[in-house]
Amino acid sequence: MEILMSILAGTLFAAGVYLLLQKQLLKIVLGTALISHGAHLFILTMGKLNRGKPPILVKGIEDYTDPLPQALILTSIVISFGVTSFLLVLAYRTYQSNKTDMMDQLRGTDDE
Amino acid sequence: MSNLVFLPIFIPLFVGALLIFFNEKHSLTLKLSFVSLVLNFGVSLYLTFFVFTTHPLILETGGWKAPYGIILVADQLSVIMILSVNVIAGAAALFAYNTVSHKMVKHYFYPLFFLLIAGVSGAFLTGDLFNLFVFFEVLLMASYGLIIIGGSKHQFRESVKYILLNLFSSILFVTTVSFLYSVTGTVNMAQLGQRVAEIEQEGILTGIAILLFIVFATKGALFPLYFWLPKSYIVPSPVVSALFGALLTKVGVYSMLRVYTLIFSHKLELTHTFFIWVASITMLIGVIGALSTSNVKLIIAYNIMPAIGFMLLGIGTFSPESLAGTIYYLVHDMAIKAALFFLAGLLVWHAGTSNLNKMGGYIKSSPLLGWMFFIAALVLAGIPPFSGFVGKYLLLRGAMDEEHYIAAGIGLLSSLLILFSVIRVFIGAFWGELKEEPKEKVNQPGLIASGILIFISIALGVGAEWFYPYIQSAADNLIDPQIYIDFVLKE
Repeated sequence: MEILMSILAGTLFAAGVYLLLQKQLLKIVLGTALISHGAHLFILTMGKLNRGKPPILVKGIEDYTDPLPQALILTSIVISFGVTSFLLVLAYRTYQSNKTDMMDQLRGTDDE
Repeated sequence: MSNLVFLPIFIPLFVGALLIFFNEKHSLTLKLSFVSLVLNFGVSLYLTFFVFTTHPLILETGGWKAPYGIILVADQLSVIMILSVNVIAGAAALFAYNTVSHKMVKHYFYPLFFLLIAGVSGAFLTGDLFNLFVFFEVLLMASYGLIIIGGSKHQFRESVKYILLNLFSSILFVTTVSFLYSVTGTVNMAQLGQRVAEIEQEGILTGIAILLFIVFATKGALFPLYFWLPKSYIVPSPVVSALFGALLTKVGVYSMLRVYTLIFSHKLELTHTFFIWVASITMLIGVIGALSTSNVKLIIAYNIMPAIGFMLLGIGTFSPESLAGTIYYLVHDMAIKAALFFLAGLLVWHAGTSNLNKMGGYIKSSPLLGWMFFIAALVLAGIPPFSGFVGKYLLLRGAMDEEHYIAAGIGLLSSLLILFSVIRVFIGAFWGELKEEPKEKVNQPGLIASGILIFISIALGVGAEWFYPYIQSAADNLIDPQIYIDFVLKE
């Protein structure tokens, strides 16, 4: 199961990086969203996938689900959710004020 | 007593949240900001005094003992950084007082300013690698807000790049932390240090160390991950540029200083030798960038990079002396970069253009600005007796002692070129005949704010004899990670 999840996370990373390297702003934003999904799945996988086990270590119970990755993932999801929504608005405003959403036209010069 | 550690984060966070509600009331906002900055400065001064006279402090939140709970650690290095941040924040608020327009205040300048300070302070105080990521995000979110205040065309254009790069490196950060968690089973920095030492940084751990270095290198603008920095730092208002230049990249350097002394310090020949090369190239690229342009703000922004290179050189050399040099340079660079961004901003307003070729002769219309810029240029380049000299002396002597002659040579060469690049601004903008009439009068509170920072830089240099023992004791604590580990885990 861990291997399957790792491959899935890797695929998401690869697709995300491909989108990041595109020229259109919206594709890049979607790319960051995909990469952050990949990262979240990856965190979950790194804590070992256990099903139906208690999340807290109690005396006598040897087999338990690690609660820490779940706490980490929750924090990370909230952060990437916030940043992605901000980025979408910013991409739209950039498009509005610069009249283009292609990265190669958003270069700019030294003297402005 | 240990609750004191929380205050440098809590005060700006609380005030920042509070100010959102009073945004329309300008005078109340200013009064509240002033009171909280003074309070925060007082707290951090006391914290510094306490840590250096008695012992470091640790706050275990909710009574959860380390390494199980979230901890905040105020050791010597952390409190030095916290104090510097608060000095910069005070000067920036003074500079903002008259230069930040009503429109900027209406777009939540002050709340974002305080949230930025809260994030930076948190990053300096946390003793937990995942929380370092969280505080990075806090300060980055505030910086995303600050960089687009004003909403001009080129601000949007550059901030998109700034945010995308930082977002990507943040995701990489959280991925690396989870990697490290799966290998070591902890995210507490002290316990990480202990566990990595137990297995002597075998196998995949060095790979993780380099991955983490890429994250911090992106935040700190090292070669080859620097290209987002110069142009995005010059688009916002000068006070925001100064805050970014003084604080944000330094958080990256601080994280490297912490992580590569406490956790990954067992394969020096792999990681730290690599750092020295990266540092050398960063210095060279930075000064070449600074010489390549005639945009005054861009020259100052490019000068951030050689400074980061110098600090990384100290981390790479990894001796008590060079680490002391890094800390000294860190404090010096915070003050002088903020001052230079202030002065460049004042100059650009005064001249009405940022193009150096269109300036000239402003020494007649604003002599004080000119001479302050001149002194700031000397401080930046490291001319004795100013503070840049002490830091560079320690760093270069450390590098020479460890036989890194090429890196030390590049350091010396780049210092010379730094001097050339900033003196070029002084000569071009202030010497000669008045080419064009100045557009605006120089803002007086802005000059006072820059003056305070320049005074601090001079004091750091002239009073090096007095400051040095404190810096050295912070560096001695870094070189032996066992001190930090024993203190946090109480073994």
